[in-house]
Amino acid sequence: MTQVTFLVVAYHSLFIPDIAALLRNIFCNIRIMANAFLEKTICYHCGDDVISGDFVIEDKQFCCHGCKSVFQILSENKLCSYYNYNQHPGATRTRTDKRFDYLSEPSIVSELIDYTDKQVTIVTFYIPHIHCSSCLWLLEQLNKINPAVHYCRVDFLKKQLNIRFDHHKLSLQQLVELLDDIGYEPLISLQDIIKKQNSAPKDNLVLQIAVAGFCFGNVMLLSFPEYFGLSVYEQSFKHFFGWLNILFALPVVFFSGRGYFVSAWQNLRAKVLSIDFPLALGIAVLFGRTVIDVLTHTGPGFGDTLCGLVFFLLLGKFVQKKTYYHISFERDYRSFFPVAVHIIEDATERPVPLSQLKTGHRMVIRNNEIIPADAILLKGEALIDFSFVTGESVPVGKTLGEIIYAGGRQTGEAIEMEVIKPVSQSYLTQLWNNEAFTRKQDNRIQTFNEKVSKYFTIVLLTIAFAALIFWLPSDAKRGFAAFTAVLIVACPCALALSTPFTMSAALSIFDRNHFYLKNTRVVEQMAEIDTIVMDKTGTITTGDNNSVKIAAVLTDAQKALIYSACINSMHPLSRMICQYLGNTNKLKISEYMEVAGKGIIATVNGHKLRLGSGKLVLNIADDAVNMTRVHMLIDNKYLGFFAFAHRYRDGLKGITALSPAYQLFLLSGDQDHERAELSGFFKDGQQMYFNQSPQDKLDFIQALQQKGEKVMMIGDGLNDSGALKQSSLGIAVTDNVNNFSPGSDAILDGKSFNKLPSFLRFSKDTVSIIHFSFLISLTYNLVGLSYAITGKLSPLTAAILMPLSTVTIISFTSLATHLAAKRRKLI
Amino acid sequence: MSILYLLIVCSVSLALIFLGAFFWAQRSGQNDDLYTPSMRMLLDDDEEEIPPEK
Repeated sequence: MTQVTFLVVAYHSLFIPDIAALLRNIFCNIRIMANAFLEKTICYHCGDDVISGDFVIEDKQFCCHGCKSVFQILSENKLCSYYNYNQHPGATRTRTDKRFDYLSEPSIVSELIDYTDKQVTIVTFYIPHIHCSSCLWLLEQLNKINPAVHYCRVDFLKKQLNIRFDHHKLSLQQLVELLDDIGYEPLISLQDIIKKQNSAPKDNLVLQIAVAGFCFGNVMLLSFPEYFGLSVYEQSFKHFFGWLNILFALPVVFFSGRGYFVSAWQNLRAKVLSIDFPLALGIAVLFGRTVIDVLTHTGPGFGDTLCGLVFFLLLGKFVQKKTYYHISFERDYRSFFPVAVHIIEDATERPVPLSQLKTGHRMVIRNNEIIPADAILLKGEALIDFSFVTGESVPVGKTLGEIIYAGGRQTGEAIEMEVIKPVSQSYLTQLWNNEAFTRKQDNRIQTFNEKVSKYFTIVLLTIAFAALIFWLPSDAKRGFAAFTAVLIVACPCALALSTPFTMSAALSIFDRNHFYLKNTRVVEQMAEIDTIVMDKTGTITTGDNNSVKIAAVLTDAQKALIYSACINSMHPLSRMICQYLGNTNKLKISEYMEVAGKGIIATVNGHKLRLGSGKLVLNIADDAVNMTRVHMLIDNKYLGFFAFAHRYRDGLKGITALSPAYQLFLLSGDQDHERAELSGFFKDGQQMYFNQSPQDKLDFIQALQQKGEKVMMIGDGLNDSGALKQSSLGIAVTDNVNNFSPGSDAILDGKSFNKLPSFLRFSKDTVSIIHFSFLISLTYNLVGLSYAITGKLSPLTAAILMPLSTVTIISFTSLATHLAAKRRKLI
Repeated sequence: MSILYLLIVCSVSLALIFLGAFFWAQRSGQNDDLYTPSMRMLLDDDEEEIPPEK
């Protein structure tokens, strides 16, 4: 009945997350209540600071029209419980310029949906904003807003929403607009990560473990009588139990253990001695010995050891597999680009999928849209933000007739451009054709297991054959017994388990500190690193969160004037000034003009205001280039300026302090106007390189690697993707793990940037733990071998040694990893 | 003691039924999402849905 208990316990353990979720909700609410006592008014919907008092319903303040309208929709549909489960559950809606009319294009629709028939359509969306129980509640009530939605189910960890709806009453576009209206905009991209994850072959590791566990339990039960000894009249049971053991061992070897044989065979053909070879050999020998022993009535066989071995090995495999459903490490430019773009044909505008965009098409790019292909500017004023592609943080103005490369984001009015190269051949995508993206990952660092298992296998085979040759002349039977016993006892079960268990413990420690690793190998790669290369913009600076300094003395009246002018502008600098000045009165504006890229000219309350660059305000170019300035002129009187300095991430000092142990380099796509400030961090001027193109960065990494350095690249944008891929370990830094980040080995949340030195030290600790647990498992092997080479290994000894060594290794690695993390202050 | 044969067959077949049940649950996707249901059960049913008592 052990199985029944096992299953009951397994099902009960499913409810542990409930308690965790409950506790989390309680703590969350306490924290939010504490926040409510602070003076600042915050948006009822999203929790952002309320800058203007314009958006009020009843007694509820909103930060923008978008947030207010979401509340209106929800209150009309009696869905305001949304705000009861969590405070401020919404996403900020300040930017509501999304257009979804490309979803009316049948070729795009058919790629997005999972299933459709005459009645219903089923679609799965990835919605990055899903983050709390309110989200879950609201998204599963879509039916109340629109009855055409039949069914919706949220998968919280994957941040996915599965919807079944009547497509006669509600089109896909309307559905997406509905989701967008309530603040849950699905992320629709060309590189559909969800589809790929869903269509991945269902792996039956869990089933294999279930079978192995089931057989293990039964075989143990049937082996107990043998351990305690059977009386003479019970001998008939002995054979019966033996036969049953063989019966149970069959599925374990051929279903659960199949993977080991397959991979051992593949490795042998590739002439690699991996750890799977001795494991497969061990399993095969155990099974063979069991069958022979039972058939010839020479012993009870090793069925219990066999089932236990496979069960524990598979458990190790299971622990090692950690998937972050909501994070993708494989994103490339396709998930950065939009799905479709609008083109003008015969004086009408229509959306086309990017794959059908051809040379000569005239496309329309609106504010905040990304230019998907290299094109010539035909109409409109282009002010392109290339920060993600080149690392240059200041938007660049372009004149008519100029070629604009793909990847830039237009800020300002809508522009029209003629495509000169299809998407697949643009400057940006060519980077992906570089060999760094096509080569096999063979220059990655070998893991400890791979290094050791080669020698381990050779030594193991040598001992086994030595034992065979030693006994063969005197006692052939004993020789074979010794030979098989050596292979059984020395089967590197503990060795195979030490890495997965240590690494999975390490992975969850990293994960707790918002550092997400692609797989367990990455930990070992990190321990080997001796050179760190960093990107500047977005990596060591916080992308959009510049700190504001004011170099002027303003009266309250002047503040009100400036505030009133800036509140009309959506420019990030204006928004920051408004935030800085806080909530003041809004005055009447009689004249207002925003000069793109320059500033604002306005008449407020009869006063003439000029705010913006030195060129606009003072008619002289700014000479101080290491920071952005916004000058202020009121009634022709110069008042001073706001300065926006880039703020470096916390902990940059700590990382540059790694210097003697690690070589440090800074590569920036930017001009070198921050050199002076950065030299405070990077001591030697040689370590900073500016004006680096994406290709330069890749080449730089390659050059370092040719010198034998193990390079870690830390970057954030598309411009770093080549370098990230080329490096031994690529880390993408992002402020929001759900946003786009280039393909990499690990994703680091910007909040945890300061912990990077601890991460590096901790990774070294885990490798020492693996080394030490290898020693422990070797000790067990030696003890076992001393029995085995005499040819007198009893099944009982094997059955005790194997689980004992496994349990020792598992408990040692988990405990040691935990202690190491504590020492590095990571938990 | 021959009753042991029967008992063992019974216990193994019972265990096999459970194993089969687990296979079915796994194949039919019941274990695909083990987290969301734990949150869902904390949400209340909508108050409006309950007809007012008179």
